[in-house]
Amino acid sequence: MVPYFTELAYGNPTITHKPGWMAYETIQRASEELSRYVGAHTPEEVNFTPGETEANNLAILGAALANRDRSRRIVVSEIEPLSIIFASKLLERHGFEVRKAPVDGEGFVDLDALSKLVDEQTVLVSISAVNHEVGTIQPLKDAVETVRDGNSETLFHTDMSDAYGRIPVNVADLDVDLATFSSYKILGPRGVGALYVREGVKVERLLEGQIGTQRLWPGVENVPLIVGFLKASELVFRDFEANVEHMRRLRDRLMDGILNEIPNTLLNGPRERRAPDNVNVSFLGCEGEALTIEFSLKGVYVSSGSACTRRMLQPSHVLTAIGRKPEEAHGSILMKVSRTHTMEDVEYVLKVLPEAVERLRRLSPLSKFGGG
Amino acid sequence: MSRVPLPYSPKILELFKNPKNAGPMEDATVRAEAGSPVCGDVIVIYLKVNEDEVIEKASFESYGCAANIAAASILTEMVKGKSLRQAWMVSWKDVAKALGGLPSVKFHCGVLAVGALRRAVRTYYEQRGQKPEWLPEKPTLEERHALEAEELAEASARRLGVEGG
Repeated sequence: MVPYFTELAYGNPTITHKPGWMAYETIQRASEELSRYVGAHTPEEVNFTPGETEANNLAILGAALANRDRSRRIVVSEIEPLSIIFASKLLERHGFEVRKAPVDGEGFVDLDALSKLVDEQTVLVSISAVNHEVGTIQPLKDAVETVRDGNSETLFHTDMSDAYGRIPVNVADLDVDLATFSSYKILGPRGVGALYVREGVKVERLLEGQIGTQRLWPGVENVPLIVGFLKASELVFRDFEANVEHMRRLRDRLMDGILNEIPNTLLNGPRERRAPDNVNVSFLGCEGEALTIEFSLKGVYVSSGSACTRRMLQPSHVLTAIGRKPEEAHGSILMKVSRTHTMEDVEYVLKVLPEAVERLRRLSPLSKFGGG
Repeated sequence: MSRVPLPYSPKILELFKNPKNAGPMEDATVRAEAGSPVCGDVIVIYLKVNEDEVIEKASFESYGCAANIAAASILTEMVKGKSLRQAWMVSWKDVAKALGGLPSVKFHCGVLAVGALRRAVRTYYEQRGQKPEWLPEKPTLEERHALEAEELAEASARRLGVEGG
Protein backbone atom coordinates (compact mmCIF):
# COMPACT_ATOMS: atom_id res chain seq x y z
CA MET A 1 0.00 0.00 0.00
CA VAL A 2 2.68 2.46 1.05
CA PRO A 3 4.11 3.34 -2.41
CA TYR A 4 0.56 4.22 -3.47
CA PHE A 5 0.55 7.09 -0.96
CA THR A 6 3.66 8.65 -2.46
CA GLU A 7 5.28 7.40 -5.66
CA LEU A 8 2.51 5.47 -7.40
CA ALA A 9 -1.04 6.50 -8.15
CA TYR A 10 -1.21 9.44 -5.75
CA GLY A 11 -2.87 11.49 -8.47
CA ASN A 12 -6.56 12.16 -8.86
CA PRO A 13 -7.76 9.43 -11.24
CA THR A 14 -10.12 11.79 -13.06
CA ILE A 15 -7.30 14.10 -14.17
CA THR A 16 -5.37 13.34 -17.33
CA HIS A 17 -1.85 13.69 -16.03
CA LYS A 18 0.55 10.82 -15.48
CA PRO A 19 -0.10 10.22 -11.74
CA GLY A 20 -3.85 10.49 -12.49
CA TRP A 21 -3.62 7.85 -15.20
CA MET A 22 -1.65 5.62 -12.88
CA ALA A 23 -4.35 6.00 -10.25
CA TYR A 24 -7.04 5.29 -12.84
CA GLU A 25 -5.23 2.18 -14.07
CA THR A 26 -4.76 0.97 -10.49
CA ILE A 27 -8.47 1.26 -9.69
CA GLN A 28 -9.38 -0.46 -12.96
CA ARG A 29 -7.06 -3.34 -12.14
CA ALA A 30 -8.49 -3.60 -8.61
CA SER A 31 -12.08 -3.64 -9.95
CA GLU A 32 -11.20 -6.35 -12.47
CA GLU A 33 -9.48 -8.56 -9.94
CA LEU A 34 -12.10 -8.06 -7.26
CA SER A 35 -14.88 -8.80 -9.74
CA ARG A 36 -13.20 -12.17 -10.37
CA TYR A 37 -12.88 -12.93 -6.65
CA VAL A 38 -16.56 -12.23 -5.98
CA GLY A 39 -17.86 -13.74 -9.19
CA ALA A 40 -19.23 -10.55 -10.77
CA HIS A 41 -19.95 -10.54 -14.49
CA THR A 42 -18.02 -7.32 -15.18
CA PRO A 43 -15.65 -4.98 -13.30
CA GLU A 44 -18.24 -2.20 -13.63
CA GLU A 45 -20.48 -4.11 -11.22
CA VAL A 46 -17.95 -3.59 -8.40
CA ASN A 47 -18.35 -0.21 -6.69
CA PHE A 48 -15.82 0.79 -4.07
CA THR A 49 -17.22 2.48 -0.96
CA PRO A 50 -15.61 3.64 2.28
CA GLY A 51 -16.61 0.40 4.02
CA GLU A 52 -19.27 -2.17 4.88
CA THR A 53 -21.53 0.33 6.66
CA GLU A 54 -21.55 2.64 3.64
CA ALA A 55 -22.06 -0.21 1.18
CA ASN A 56 -25.01 -1.54 3.21
CA ASN A 57 -26.58 1.92 3.44
CA LEU A 58 -26.06 2.41 -0.28
CA ALA A 59 -27.71 -0.93 -1.01
CA ILE A 60 -30.73 -0.52 1.28
CA LEU A 61 -31.39 3.20 0.90
CA GLY A 62 -30.13 3.51 -2.68
CA ALA A 63 -32.13 0.57 -4.05
CA ALA A 64 -35.28 1.51 -2.10
CA LEU A 65 -35.12 5.13 -3.29
CA ALA A 66 -34.38 4.23 -6.91
CA ASN A 67 -37.40 1.90 -7.01
CA ARG A 68 -39.79 3.80 -4.76
CA ASP A 69 -42.23 4.52 -7.58
CA ARG A 70 -42.76 0.78 -7.95
CA SER A 71 -43.39 0.06 -4.28
CA ARG A 72 -42.31 0.92 -0.76
CA ARG A 73 -42.04 -2.42 1.01
CA ILE A 74 -38.79 -4.14 2.02
CA VAL A 75 -37.90 -7.25 4.02
CA VAL A 76 -34.77 -7.68 6.16
CA SER A 77 -33.85 -10.53 8.49
CA GLU A 78 -34.06 -9.66 12.16
CA ILE A 79 -30.36 -10.48 12.71
CA GLU A 80 -28.88 -8.16 10.08
CA PRO A 81 -25.99 -5.87 11.07
CA LEU A 82 -27.06 -2.51 12.48
CA SER A 83 -26.09 -0.70 9.27
CA ILE A 84 -28.96 -2.59 7.63
CA ILE A 85 -31.37 -2.55 10.58
CA PHE A 86 -30.95 1.20 11.11
CA ALA A 87 -30.97 2.04 7.38
CA SER A 88 -34.31 0.22 7.14
CA LYS A 89 -35.59 2.14 10.17
CA LEU A 90 -34.69 5.33 8.33
CA LEU A 91 -36.78 4.15 5.38
CA GLU A 92 -39.62 3.40 7.79
CA ARG A 93 -39.53 6.98 9.04
CA HIS A 94 -39.91 8.07 5.42
CA GLY A 95 -43.00 6.03 4.69
CA PHE A 96 -41.62 2.63 3.71
CA GLU A 97 -42.93 -0.56 5.24
CA VAL A 98 -40.20 -2.78 6.69
CA ARG A 99 -40.94 -6.43 7.42
CA LYS A 100 -38.59 -8.51 9.54
CA ALA A 101 -37.86 -12.08 8.49
CA PRO A 102 -37.60 -14.25 11.64
CA VAL A 103 -34.79 -16.71 12.39
CA ASP A 104 -34.67 -19.95 14.37
CA GLY A 105 -32.65 -20.64 17.53
CA GLU A 106 -29.45 -21.05 15.51
CA GLY A 107 -29.92 -17.96 13.38
CA PHE A 108 -31.22 -19.63 10.19
CA VAL A 109 -33.81 -17.58 8.35
CA ASP A 110 -37.25 -19.21 8.38
CA LEU A 111 -37.84 -19.72 4.65
CA ASP A 112 -41.57 -20.44 5.07
CA ALA A 113 -42.02 -17.19 6.94
CA LEU A 114 -39.90 -15.42 4.32
CA SER A 115 -42.11 -16.69 1.51
CA LYS A 116 -45.15 -15.29 3.32
CA LEU A 117 -43.50 -11.89 3.80
CA VAL A 118 -42.62 -11.44 0.12
CA ASP A 119 -45.45 -10.30 -2.14
CA GLU A 120 -46.02 -8.24 -5.28
CA GLN A 121 -45.23 -5.07 -3.29
CA THR A 122 -41.80 -6.19 -2.07
CA VAL A 123 -39.09 -4.14 -3.70
CA LEU A 124 -36.03 -5.40 -1.79
CA VAL A 125 -34.97 -8.24 0.53
CA SER A 126 -31.73 -8.20 2.52
CA ILE A 127 -30.27 -11.27 4.23
CA SER A 128 -26.59 -11.60 5.16
CA ALA A 129 -24.76 -14.61 3.80
CA VAL A 130 -23.05 -15.21 7.17
CA ASN A 131 -24.25 -13.66 10.39
CA HIS A 132 -21.68 -11.26 11.83
CA GLU A 133 -22.20 -12.33 15.47
CA VAL A 134 -23.15 -15.99 15.58
CA GLY A 135 -21.60 -17.18 12.30
CA THR A 136 -24.73 -18.80 10.82
CA ILE A 137 -24.19 -19.63 7.13
CA GLN A 138 -27.57 -18.95 5.54
CA PRO A 139 -28.96 -21.21 2.83
CA LEU A 140 -28.68 -18.19 0.54
CA LYS A 141 -29.47 -19.92 -2.73
CA ASP A 142 -32.71 -21.26 -1.21
CA ALA A 143 -33.52 -17.83 0.21
CA VAL A 144 -33.00 -16.19 -3.20
CA GLU A 145 -35.23 -18.80 -4.85
CA THR A 146 -37.90 -18.34 -2.18
CA VAL A 147 -37.91 -14.59 -2.82
CA ARG A 148 -37.94 -14.98 -6.62
CA ASP A 149 -40.83 -17.46 -6.37
CA GLY A 150 -42.79 -14.83 -4.45
CA ASN A 151 -41.88 -11.96 -6.75
CA SER A 152 -39.42 -12.24 -9.62
CA GLU A 153 -38.93 -8.44 -9.63
CA THR A 154 -37.82 -8.20 -5.99
CA LEU A 155 -34.18 -7.19 -5.58
CA PHE A 156 -32.02 -9.37 -3.33
CA HIS A 157 -29.18 -7.82 -1.31
CA THR A 158 -26.77 -9.79 0.83
CA ASP A 159 -24.03 -8.57 3.14
CA MET A 160 -21.13 -10.90 2.39
CA SER A 161 -18.63 -9.20 4.68
CA ASP A 162 -18.50 -12.18 7.04
CA ALA A 163 -18.68 -14.74 4.22
CA TYR A 164 -15.98 -13.37 1.91
CA GLY A 165 -12.74 -15.23 2.53
CA ARG A 166 -14.42 -17.85 4.74
CA ILE A 167 -16.86 -19.65 2.47
CA PRO A 168 -16.88 -19.73 -1.34
CA VAL A 169 -18.92 -16.81 -2.67
CA ASN A 170 -20.04 -16.16 -6.20
CA VAL A 171 -22.62 -13.43 -6.71
CA ALA A 172 -23.52 -14.61 -10.22
CA ASP A 173 -24.14 -18.22 -9.13
CA LEU A 174 -26.19 -17.05 -6.17
CA ASP A 175 -28.18 -14.80 -8.49
CA VAL A 176 -28.19 -11.85 -6.05
CA ASP A 177 -28.61 -8.25 -7.23
CA LEU A 178 -26.56 -6.46 -4.60
CA ALA A 179 -23.77 -7.70 -2.32
CA THR A 180 -21.59 -5.98 0.27
CA PHE A 181 -17.89 -6.73 0.82
CA SER A 182 -15.54 -5.44 3.48
CA SER A 183 -11.76 -5.09 3.44
CA TYR A 184 -11.38 -4.81 7.21
CA LYS A 185 -13.08 -8.15 7.80
CA ILE A 186 -10.45 -9.99 5.74
CA LEU A 187 -7.56 -8.29 7.58
CA GLY A 188 -7.29 -5.53 4.97
CA PRO A 189 -7.22 -1.80 5.76
CA ARG A 190 -10.30 -0.12 7.22
CA GLY A 191 -12.04 2.59 5.27
CA VAL A 192 -12.74 0.59 2.14
CA GLY A 193 -15.37 -1.89 1.03
CA ALA A 194 -17.39 -2.60 -2.05
CA LEU A 195 -20.94 -2.98 -3.22
CA TYR A 196 -21.63 -5.35 -6.07
CA VAL A 197 -24.54 -4.04 -8.14
CA ARG A 198 -25.73 -6.35 -10.88
CA GLU A 199 -25.75 -4.67 -14.28
CA GLY A 200 -29.10 -2.99 -14.92
CA VAL A 201 -30.12 -2.74 -11.24
CA LYS A 202 -31.08 0.81 -10.34
CA VAL A 203 -29.46 2.29 -7.22
CA GLU A 204 -29.65 5.95 -6.25
CA ARG A 205 -26.52 7.72 -4.98
CA LEU A 206 -26.70 8.79 -1.33
CA LEU A 207 -24.10 11.52 -1.75
CA GLU A 208 -23.69 13.95 -4.60
CA GLY A 209 -20.49 15.44 -5.95
CA GLN A 210 -17.98 14.91 -8.67
CA ILE A 211 -18.20 11.40 -10.04
CA GLY A 212 -14.82 9.87 -10.72
CA THR A 213 -14.37 6.19 -11.39
CA GLN A 214 -17.11 5.15 -8.91
CA ARG A 215 -20.50 6.09 -10.28
CA LEU A 216 -22.29 5.36 -6.99
CA TRP A 217 -19.83 7.09 -4.66
CA PRO A 218 -18.64 10.58 -5.60
CA GLY A 219 -15.40 12.18 -4.45
CA VAL A 220 -11.75 11.49 -5.07
CA GLU A 221 -10.97 7.80 -4.68
CA ASN A 222 -8.65 6.53 -1.96
CA VAL A 223 -6.32 4.48 -4.14
CA PRO A 224 -3.98 3.13 -1.42
CA LEU A 225 -6.91 1.67 0.53
CA ILE A 226 -8.36 0.09 -2.60
CA VAL A 227 -4.95 -1.46 -3.29
CA GLY A 228 -4.86 -2.70 0.32
CA PHE A 229 -8.31 -4.29 -0.10
CA LEU A 230 -7.10 -6.03 -3.23
CA LYS A 231 -3.92 -7.25 -1.53
CA ALA A 232 -5.91 -8.62 1.41
CA SER A 233 -8.13 -10.48 -1.06
CA GLU A 234 -5.07 -11.89 -2.85
CA LEU A 235 -3.70 -13.19 0.45
CA VAL A 236 -7.01 -14.82 1.33
CA PHE A 237 -7.49 -16.49 -2.04
CA ARG A 238 -3.87 -17.45 -2.69
CA ASP A 239 -4.49 -20.55 -0.62
CA PHE A 240 -8.17 -20.32 0.16
CA GLU A 241 -8.93 -23.92 1.06
CA ALA A 242 -5.90 -24.29 3.31
CA ASN A 243 -6.75 -20.99 5.04
CA VAL A 244 -10.32 -22.09 5.67
CA GLU A 245 -9.19 -25.50 6.92
CA HIS A 246 -6.70 -23.82 9.27
CA MET A 247 -9.37 -21.50 10.69
CA ARG A 248 -11.82 -24.38 11.06
CA ARG A 249 -9.29 -26.45 13.02
CA LEU A 250 -8.57 -23.54 15.38
CA ARG A 251 -12.27 -22.74 15.73
CA ASP A 252 -13.19 -26.33 16.57
CA ARG A 253 -10.43 -26.63 19.17
CA LEU A 254 -11.42 -23.29 20.74
CA MET A 255 -15.15 -24.02 20.67
CA ASP A 256 -14.87 -27.58 21.98
CA GLY A 257 -12.23 -26.59 24.51
CA ILE A 258 -14.50 -23.94 26.01
CA LEU A 259 -17.71 -25.96 25.89
CA ASN A 260 -16.10 -29.12 27.29
CA GLU A 261 -13.76 -27.62 29.83
CA ILE A 262 -15.77 -24.72 31.28
CA PRO A 263 -19.06 -25.62 32.94
CA ASN A 264 -22.26 -23.67 32.31
CA THR A 265 -21.42 -22.41 28.84
CA LEU A 266 -23.78 -22.13 25.87
CA LEU A 267 -22.84 -22.07 22.20
CA ASN A 268 -24.57 -19.21 20.38
CA GLY A 269 -25.32 -20.08 16.75
CA PRO A 270 -25.12 -23.42 14.98
CA ARG A 271 -22.45 -26.10 15.26
CA GLU A 272 -22.82 -27.18 11.64
CA ARG A 273 -23.08 -24.64 8.80
CA ARG A 274 -21.13 -22.16 10.88
CA ALA A 275 -18.48 -19.75 9.58
CA PRO A 276 -15.02 -21.30 10.05
CA ASP A 277 -13.74 -18.31 12.04
CA ASN A 278 -16.62 -17.73 14.47
CA VAL A 279 -16.86 -18.76 18.12
CA ASN A 280 -19.63 -17.20 20.20
CA VAL A 281 -20.23 -18.55 23.68
CA SER A 282 -22.26 -17.40 26.69
CA PHE A 283 -20.57 -17.87 30.06
CA LEU A 284 -23.53 -18.11 32.42
CA GLY A 285 -23.19 -16.21 35.65
CA CYS A 286 -20.58 -13.84 34.20
CA GLU A 287 -21.20 -10.42 32.74
CA GLY A 288 -19.65 -9.88 29.31
CA GLU A 289 -18.03 -6.53 29.87
CA ALA A 290 -16.24 -7.80 32.97
CA LEU A 291 -15.13 -10.82 30.89
CA THR A 292 -13.75 -8.68 28.06
CA ILE A 293 -11.71 -6.63 30.55
CA GLU A 294 -10.56 -9.72 32.44
CA PHE A 295 -9.48 -11.44 29.20
CA SER A 296 -7.84 -8.24 27.99
CA LEU A 297 -5.67 -8.16 31.12
CA LYS A 298 -4.40 -11.56 29.98
CA GLY A 299 -3.75 -10.40 26.42
CA VAL A 300 -6.88 -11.96 24.89
CA TYR A 301 -8.93 -9.39 23.01
CA VAL A 302 -12.55 -10.35 22.41
CA SER A 303 -15.94 -8.64 22.22
CA SER A 304 -19.27 -9.19 23.91
CA GLY A 305 -22.97 -8.90 23.14
CA SER A 306 -23.62 -7.75 26.70
CA ALA A 307 -25.63 -4.60 27.29
CA CYS A 308 -22.82 -3.26 29.47
CA THR A 309 -20.34 -3.00 26.61
CA ARG A 310 -22.71 -0.62 24.86
CA ARG A 311 -23.73 2.85 25.83
CA MET A 312 -27.38 2.09 25.25
CA LEU A 313 -27.43 -0.77 27.76
CA GLN A 314 -29.37 -3.14 25.54
CA PRO A 315 -28.10 -6.64 24.78
CA SER A 316 -27.28 -7.67 21.19
CA HIS A 317 -30.35 -7.82 18.96
CA VAL A 318 -28.92 -10.92 17.26
CA LEU A 319 -28.72 -12.89 20.52
CA THR A 320 -32.18 -11.71 21.51
CA ALA A 321 -33.57 -12.77 18.11
CA ILE A 322 -32.18 -16.31 18.42
CA GLY A 323 -33.97 -16.59 21.74
CA ARG A 324 -31.21 -15.92 24.24
CA LYS A 325 -32.53 -14.53 27.52
CA PRO A 326 -31.01 -11.20 28.61
CA GLU A 327 -28.92 -12.87 31.33
CA GLU A 328 -27.55 -15.31 28.73
CA ALA A 329 -26.77 -12.51 26.28
CA HIS A 330 -25.02 -10.52 29.04
CA GLY A 331 -22.43 -13.29 29.41
CA SER A 332 -21.73 -13.71 25.69
CA ILE A 333 -18.28 -13.49 24.16
CA LEU A 334 -17.48 -13.35 20.45
CA MET A 335 -14.08 -14.60 19.29
CA LYS A 336 -12.84 -14.78 15.74
CA VAL A 337 -9.87 -16.77 14.54
CA SER A 338 -7.96 -15.83 11.41
CA ARG A 339 -5.29 -17.39 9.24
CA THR A 340 -2.66 -15.48 11.21
CA HIS A 341 -3.58 -17.20 14.48
CA THR A 342 -1.85 -20.41 15.52
CA MET A 343 -2.87 -23.44 17.57
CA GLU A 344 -0.53 -22.10 20.28
CA ASP A 345 -2.68 -18.95 20.45
CA VAL A 346 -5.79 -21.09 20.91
CA GLU A 347 -4.13 -23.22 23.59
CA TYR A 348 -3.09 -20.06 25.43
CA VAL A 349 -6.68 -18.80 25.39
CA LEU A 350 -7.92 -22.17 26.65
CA LYS A 351 -5.32 -22.03 29.41
CA VAL A 352 -6.24 -18.57 30.75
CA LEU A 353 -9.99 -18.59 30.13
CA PRO A 354 -11.16 -21.03 32.83
CA GLU A 355 -9.32 -19.10 35.52
CA ALA A 356 -10.73 -15.75 34.35
CA VAL A 357 -14.29 -17.11 34.23
CA GLU A 358 -13.83 -18.77 37.60
CA ARG A 359 -12.63 -15.53 39.22
CA LEU A 360 -15.65 -13.58 38.02
CA ARG A 361 -18.00 -16.38 39.04
CA ARG A 362 -16.45 -16.36 42.52
CA LEU A 363 -17.33 -12.66 42.80
CA SER A 364 -20.87 -13.32 41.63
CA PRO A 365 -23.86 -13.93 43.89
CA LEU A 366 -25.33 -16.14 41.17
CA SER A 367 -23.38 -19.06 42.61
CA LYS A 368 -25.52 -21.69 40.94
CA PHE A 369 -23.30 -21.15 37.90
CA GLY A 370 -20.25 -22.44 39.71
CA GLY A 371 -17.53 -20.66 41.60
CA GLY A 372 -17.31 -19.97 45.33
CA MET B 1 -25.52 2.08 19.60
CA SER B 2 -21.98 2.77 20.54
CA ARG B 3 -19.23 0.39 21.44
CA VAL B 4 -16.68 3.07 22.25
CA PRO B 5 -14.58 1.79 25.15
CA LEU B 6 -15.71 3.38 28.38
CA PRO B 7 -13.20 5.73 29.98
CA TYR B 8 -12.52 3.84 33.19
CA SER B 9 -10.31 5.45 35.80
CA PRO B 10 -7.17 3.63 37.01
CA LYS B 11 -8.91 3.20 40.38
CA ILE B 12 -11.81 1.29 38.78
CA LEU B 13 -9.45 -0.99 36.88
CA GLU B 14 -7.36 -1.59 40.00
CA LEU B 15 -10.42 -2.52 42.07
CA PHE B 16 -11.69 -4.71 39.24
CA LYS B 17 -8.38 -6.59 39.19
CA ASN B 18 -7.95 -6.75 42.95
CA PRO B 19 -11.29 -6.12 44.60
CA LYS B 20 -11.27 -5.59 48.34
CA ASN B 21 -13.85 -7.27 50.60
CA ALA B 22 -15.08 -9.63 47.88
CA GLY B 23 -17.14 -12.66 48.79
CA PRO B 24 -19.98 -13.62 51.10
CA MET B 25 -19.62 -13.12 54.87
CA GLU B 26 -20.48 -16.07 57.08
CA ASP B 27 -21.03 -14.11 60.28
CA ALA B 28 -22.84 -11.17 58.69
CA THR B 29 -25.42 -9.35 60.79
CA VAL B 30 -27.35 -8.39 57.70
CA ARG B 31 -27.35 -9.11 53.96
CA ALA B 32 -29.18 -7.24 51.22
CA GLU B 33 -29.14 -7.25 47.44
CA ALA B 34 -30.08 -4.94 44.61
CA GLY B 35 -30.42 -5.30 40.85
CA SER B 36 -31.47 -8.11 38.59
CA PRO B 37 -29.64 -10.70 36.48
CA VAL B 38 -31.88 -9.67 33.59
CA CYS B 39 -30.28 -6.22 33.56
CA GLY B 40 -26.84 -7.76 33.96
CA ASP B 41 -26.11 -6.25 37.35
CA VAL B 42 -26.64 -7.54 40.84
CA ILE B 43 -24.87 -6.35 43.99
CA VAL B 44 -25.10 -8.12 47.35
CA ILE B 45 -23.86 -6.30 50.46
CA TYR B 46 -22.97 -8.05 53.73
CA LEU B 47 -22.49 -6.06 56.95
CA LYS B 48 -21.18 -7.12 60.36
CA VAL B 49 -22.61 -4.56 62.79
CA ASN B 50 -21.64 -4.32 66.50
CA GLU B 51 -23.88 -3.29 69.41
CA ASP B 52 -22.92 0.37 68.97
CA GLU B 53 -24.38 0.17 65.47
CA VAL B 54 -20.93 0.50 63.95
CA ILE B 55 -20.03 -1.46 60.81
CA GLU B 56 -17.08 -3.66 61.76
CA LYS B 57 -16.85 -5.45 58.44
CA ALA B 58 -18.45 -5.12 55.05
CA SER B 59 -18.20 -7.37 51.99
CA PHE B 60 -19.90 -7.74 48.62
CA GLU B 61 -20.71 -10.04 45.76
CA SER B 62 -21.23 -8.70 42.26
CA TYR B 63 -22.61 -10.01 39.01
CA GLY B 64 -21.88 -7.14 36.71
CA CYS B 65 -19.40 -5.09 34.76
CA ALA B 66 -16.07 -3.72 35.93
CA ALA B 67 -17.70 -0.51 37.24
CA ASN B 68 -20.22 -2.55 39.18
CA ILE B 69 -17.51 -4.61 40.88
CA ALA B 70 -15.39 -1.53 41.62
CA ALA B 71 -18.35 0.48 43.01
CA ALA B 72 -19.39 -2.32 45.35
CA SER B 73 -15.82 -2.87 46.47
CA ILE B 74 -15.04 0.77 47.22
CA LEU B 75 -18.35 1.24 49.05
CA THR B 76 -17.51 -1.62 51.43
CA GLU B 77 -14.19 0.13 52.11
CA MET B 78 -15.88 3.50 52.65
CA VAL B 79 -18.39 2.30 55.23
CA LYS B 80 -16.07 0.15 57.31
CA GLY B 81 -15.81 1.70 60.80
CA LYS B 82 -18.75 4.02 60.17
CA SER B 83 -21.97 4.00 62.19
CA LEU B 84 -25.05 2.86 60.30
CA ARG B 85 -26.25 6.45 60.28
CA GLN B 86 -22.96 7.72 58.80
CA ALA B 87 -22.98 4.89 56.27
CA TRP B 88 -26.51 5.88 55.26
CA MET B 89 -25.22 9.33 54.33
CA VAL B 90 -22.82 7.97 51.67
CA SER B 91 -24.29 8.91 48.30
CA TRP B 92 -23.70 7.41 44.88
CA LYS B 93 -21.86 10.62 44.00
CA ASP B 94 -19.44 9.97 46.87
CA VAL B 95 -18.87 6.51 45.42
CA ALA B 96 -18.30 7.92 41.94
CA LYS B 97 -15.86 10.49 43.36
CA ALA B 98 -13.94 7.86 45.33
CA LEU B 99 -13.59 5.84 42.13
CA GLY B 100 -12.03 8.79 40.36
CA GLY B 101 -15.20 9.32 38.33
CA LEU B 102 -17.69 7.00 36.67
CA PRO B 103 -18.65 7.21 32.97
CA SER B 104 -22.16 8.68 32.81
CA VAL B 105 -23.63 5.48 31.41
CA LYS B 106 -22.28 3.72 34.52
CA PHE B 107 -23.77 6.07 37.15
CA HIS B 108 -26.34 3.38 37.87
CA CYS B 109 -23.55 1.09 39.15
CA GLY B 110 -22.88 3.60 41.96
CA VAL B 111 -26.61 3.98 42.52
CA LEU B 112 -27.04 0.21 42.73
CA ALA B 113 -24.22 -0.21 45.26
CA VAL B 114 -25.61 2.52 47.52
CA GLY B 115 -29.12 1.10 47.03
CA ALA B 116 -27.97 -2.32 48.25
CA LEU B 117 -26.20 -0.77 51.25
CA ARG B 118 -29.23 1.30 52.26
CA ARG B 119 -31.43 -1.71 51.88
CA ALA B 120 -29.08 -3.55 54.26
CA VAL B 121 -29.29 -0.71 56.81
CA ARG B 122 -33.07 -0.63 56.57
CA THR B 123 -33.25 -4.41 56.92
CA TYR B 124 -31.04 -4.23 60.01
CA TYR B 125 -33.54 -1.98 61.82
CA GLU B 126 -36.59 -3.79 60.46
CA GLN B 127 -35.26 -7.07 61.83
CA ARG B 128 -34.99 -5.43 65.25
CA GLY B 129 -38.35 -3.70 65.08
CA GLN B 130 -36.61 -0.34 65.44
CA LYS B 131 -37.08 2.89 63.56
CA PRO B 132 -34.44 5.54 64.13
CA GLU B 133 -35.74 9.06 63.58
CA TRP B 134 -33.05 9.83 60.95
CA LEU B 135 -34.11 6.93 58.74
CA PRO B 136 -36.40 8.27 55.99
CA GLU B 137 -39.90 6.84 55.97
CA LYS B 138 -39.98 6.46 52.20
CA PRO B 139 -37.32 4.73 50.08
CA THR B 140 -34.61 7.13 48.92
CA LEU B 141 -33.72 7.68 45.29
CA GLU B 142 -30.97 5.06 45.43
CA GLU B 143 -33.26 2.45 46.95
CA ARG B 144 -35.96 3.13 44.40
CA HIS B 145 -33.49 2.98 41.57
CA ALA B 146 -32.11 -0.26 42.88
CA LEU B 147 -35.64 -1.63 42.79
CA GLU B 148 -36.11 -0.42 39.29
CA ALA B 149 -32.77 -1.37 37.84
CA GLU B 150 -34.31 -2.82 34.75
CA GLU B 151 -36.47 0.21 34.08
CA LEU B 152 -33.45 2.39 34.67
CA ALA B 153 -31.50 0.50 32.02
CA GLU B 154 -34.30 1.04 29.55
CA ALA B 155 -34.60 4.68 30.53
CA SER B 156 -30.90 5.23 29.82
CA ALA B 157 -31.39 3.78 26.38
CA ARG B 158 -34.31 6.12 25.77
CA ARG B 159 -32.39 9.12 27.11
CA LEU B 160 -29.62 8.40 24.63
CA GLY B 161 -32.25 8.46 21.92
CA VAL B 162 -31.37 5.00 20.69
CA GLU B 163 -34.06 2.57 19.73
CA GLY B 164 -33.56 -1.08 20.45
CA GLY B 165 -32.85 -3.12 17.41
